[in-house]
Amino acid sequence: MTAALEINDLSVYFGDHHDLFQAVKSASFTVEKGASFGLVGESGSGKSTILKALTGLAPQWEGHMSVAGRELDRKRDRTFYKTVQMVFQDPYASLHPRQSVDQVLTETLQLHGFSDINSRIERLLQDVGLGPAFRFRYPHQLSGGQRQRVAIARALASEPQILLLDEPTSALDVSVQAEILNLLSDLRAEHGLTYVMVSHDLAVVAHMCDQAAVMRNGEIVEIISIEDMRAGRTKHGYTSQLLQASVNRVA
Amino acid sequence: MSTLLDVKNLWVKFPTRNGIFDAVRGVSFSLGKERLGIVGESGSGKSMTGRAILQLIRKPGMIEADHISLHGQNLLDLPERQMRAVRGKQISMVMQDPKFSLNPVMTIGDQIIEAYRLHSRASKAEARAKALEMLEAVSIREPERVMKAYPHEMSGGMGQRIMIAMMLIPNPEILIADEPTSALDVSVQGQVLSIMDKLVKDRGMGLIFISHDLNLVSQFCDRVLIMYAGRVVEVCDADKLHQAQHPYTQGLLGSLPQFDAPRKRLEVLNRDPAWRDAPSVETGT
Repeated sequence: MTAALEINDLSVYFGDHHDLFQAVKSASFTVEKGASFGLVGESGSGKSTILKALTGLAPQWEGHMSVAGRELDRKRDRTFYKTVQMVFQDPYASLHPRQSVDQVLTETLQLHGFSDINSRIERLLQDVGLGPAFRFRYPHQLSGGQRQRVAIARALASEPQILLLDEPTSALDVSVQAEILNLLSDLRAEHGLTYVMVSHDLAVVAHMCDQAAVMRNGEIVEIISIEDMRAGRTKHGYTSQLLQASVNRVA
Repeated sequence: MSTLLDVKNLWVKFPTRNGIFDAVRGVSFSLGKERLGIVGESGSGKSMTGRAILQLIRKPGMIEADHISLHGQNLLDLPERQMRAVRGKQISMVMQDPKFSLNPVMTIGDQIIEAYRLHSRASKAEARAKALEMLEAVSIREPERVMKAYPHEMSGGMGQRIMIAMMLIPNPEILIADEPTSALDVSVQGQVLSIMDKLVKDRGMGLIFISHDLNLVSQFCDRVLIMYAGRVVEVCDADKLHQAQHPYTQGLLGSLPQFDAPRKRLEVLNRDPAWRDAPSVETGT
């Protein structure tokens, strides 16, 4: 198997020299092609920051990142965005309120240089389980789950190989979460996608991923397979602490 | 068990362009000295039920009920002036996000002291001592420092504990907690919940715990109301939630990914339109 994503000794900083804050401290992990990798930890542990650094949204980073065998530079080119796409946490914030679903997808498809836009939009909507009736709706006419489906369709528009999922269901009700997680599993099987999923919910990560990195204060404390995690075979005390807290919610 | 609060046939209505929208439709329940959970999805009317008890629903929203009685006194009959005395003093509410519920330009000490002095004729020094004691009760390590701090200097978990301290300082009989831990990390959630639990137990208060998180409610509460589309579809003992009878409750439980029982696919909830029309379940204590 080849690696879809390799991160080596990555550090990410925010702020300027006087109050420089190191949000990620020399993180390293590898995600195989077709695998699903989870990043878990509390808020502020740097899990989303890794995704931001990957997509070029956090420019102050050092270390090595490579996608599909290609080392990433400071600037991301179009081929990068054709390979890697991201789905954000809050579908209420990530869709433009004055653009219809059709506009959102058309713009994305144009940017990626496709010409058969019409048929592609139809297929994308079908892929994410929305009928053609949704094509000319605006975000306020959609429920939270439907919005997240549109955001997933937008991410799939460039036919990427890797999807970065930043808490894709934490703003949704559990019943809708189940629908979206099922959709993501189906899409991964159909298109042979690789997932990197950030979540604070261990049960969701355990359901979706094969392997996960546990983060605390910007450091990866442990990379653990989901099997080991379920069996409680943790190497680091923090992981077992996190497991404890998510199983027995009332301390 | 003595009944603290009895709600009978509560409706919350909002006039819209397309007619009246009923957010809560005929909910009845009573609360003793216990931990009562209200769960449901967003839009099921659970928060509206909590707010309606304190008449915190803004116009043009309307609250209608046969009665909402606290020790036999119907709160709906009280004029606004007296209702203000009930809020905080007898029934208090903790909201979801401390970021939006604390005053950003007032120190934490001043806010807690204000909450206390509104309801009791205590001197400033007395109120200060009481506030410090309360901050210690919610396990805040350096209460002196925190008293002088502003809300933005606090983490989410600390902010929520401060909110709880502020709401409990007038010593209310009933606490309504609306998603008090949803904005917090799991490890902090546990701490905040156990603090709340201890205070509620020690003071013999009634607690209404509103949440979307079924597992949390089943572990934390004594009794649970499950709401759907503004109605109560099922009432059960919290520890028996996993044997719930109603298909909606079962569907919600089935849609949760389970850490120790992996499944290939999650169950998807098929909504039956009949759930919406069935009358609310009546509950006793």
